[in-house]
Amino acid sequence: MKTLKVDAIRNGTVIDHIPGGQVLRVLNILKPRKNDVIMAGMNFPSQAMGQKDIIKIEGRELTADEVNSIALIAPRAKVNIIRDFKVVKKGTVEVPDAFEGLVRCPNPNCISNAEPIVSRFQVVKRDPVTLCCGYCERVYQTSEIEYL
Amino acid sequence: MQNLISMRDLTKEEIEHFLRTAAGIESGRLNLDLSGKVMAALFYESSTRTRLSFESAMKKLNGKVVAMVGTKGTSVDKGETLADTARVIARYADIVVIRHPKEGAARYVAEQIDVPVVNAGDGANQHPTQSLLDMYSLQKTQGTLENLTVTMLGDLRYGRTVHSLAYALSAFNPTFHFIAPTSLRMPGHILNNLSDLDIPFTESEEIGDTLKASDILYVTRIQRERFPDPEEYEKVKNAYTIHAAMLNDCKENFKVLHPLPRVHEISTDVDDTPYAYYFDQAENGVYVRQAILATLLGEVKL
Repeated sequence: MKTLKVDAIRNGTVIDHIPGGQVLRVLNILKPRKNDVIMAGMNFPSQAMGQKDIIKIEGRELTADEVNSIALIAPRAKVNIIRDFKVVKKGTVEVPDAFEGLVRCPNPNCISNAEPIVSRFQVVKRDPVTLCCGYCERVYQTSEIEYL
Repeated sequence: MQNLISMRDLTKEEIEHFLRTAAGIESGRLNLDLSGKVMAALFYESSTRTRLSFESAMKKLNGKVVAMVGTKGTSVDKGETLADTARVIARYADIVVIRHPKEGAARYVAEQIDVPVVNAGDGANQHPTQSLLDMYSLQKTQGTLENLTVTMLGDLRYGRTVHSLAYALSAFNPTFHFIAPTSLRMPGHILNNLSDLDIPFTESEEIGDTLKASDILYVTRIQRERFPDPEEYEKVKNAYTIHAAMLNDCKENFKVLHPLPRVHEISTDVDDTPYAYYFDQAENGVYVRQAILATLLGEVKL
């Protein structure tokens, strides 16, 4: 089988094992800065996942909070911090205690959808990930939630 | 405590504080004075009991009331945001009581202004002053909140009072029986929460003999508009009406509660039985709201 090559990065962050086809959503959440050099790969064959996506960000080490913000889409992603072509830190995505300004409340009657409000969700259960809206107090599972 | 927004925010001790204070006010033991204080009632939705009960509570403590009832002809009608309306009203009053059709509105308003905010109902979400007066009624009629068997009957799906009461009582080791037509069952997330807390409950479509074993029957109104088929509504309406004859075998301490208004759910022949408590329950609302206003305005310490 042909191997697909993606350039290695010198310094920065590699996020592997993103579910296939989700890379654009992940990028949307990570909000690339103007000078970030980013390689995004979609639908690589993967034994464990069937298909997976990869992101490499040159020159920027993502913080734990940034990494955890993708928890609803890529809960099993692996995150490597690279310095001078070497992996210096391996990490996984952890579901944070709360999400602020990241997801939209699915309840159309929630005040957060009617006024200029930064949405806020508490994580009330981790498996499966269950969120409670900080405004209308309704409880939702990941599959029902939409990222902003 | 700065605001009263949701029963989820209250500890067991805080709930007990409100009930104790309400009892002190009712008995005349506590003499509280809110003269010089102004309560603003911001009612984006119509309400008779809740608003009048709050006004009465404030006035009995010598406070004054300003009110916006409905949005017709107000700045809201002209397109003002909720945040702006609240920020302005906060300059006129020492405490704001808000009812709003959107869920989470009271929480949002509380984040915008510095004066205390009381949630008087936010859409289908919370109505904490109703929950507290319900708990006060339980405490008064049963002498305790602990270990009660509470049967809830009617619209358990959309009735926010039953949701917050089930939630609030869960700190006091209750047993629940939920009786509702299939389409109006208690929502899954509430049942899951009870299971997580190991609180015993049963669910049924029929009243059966649950009343015999109950300390409290909490009835809610089944609204016609929940049923697309009028025939279906008629069937349900009749199946869930409580008559005096159904209460013959009930325990001595048994009481029937209802947040009111009632339509057909409780036959008027129940009114003359010793089990009818819904009008006393409404009166309890004034004492409980007095306790809430006085606490948030710093007149009684938590």
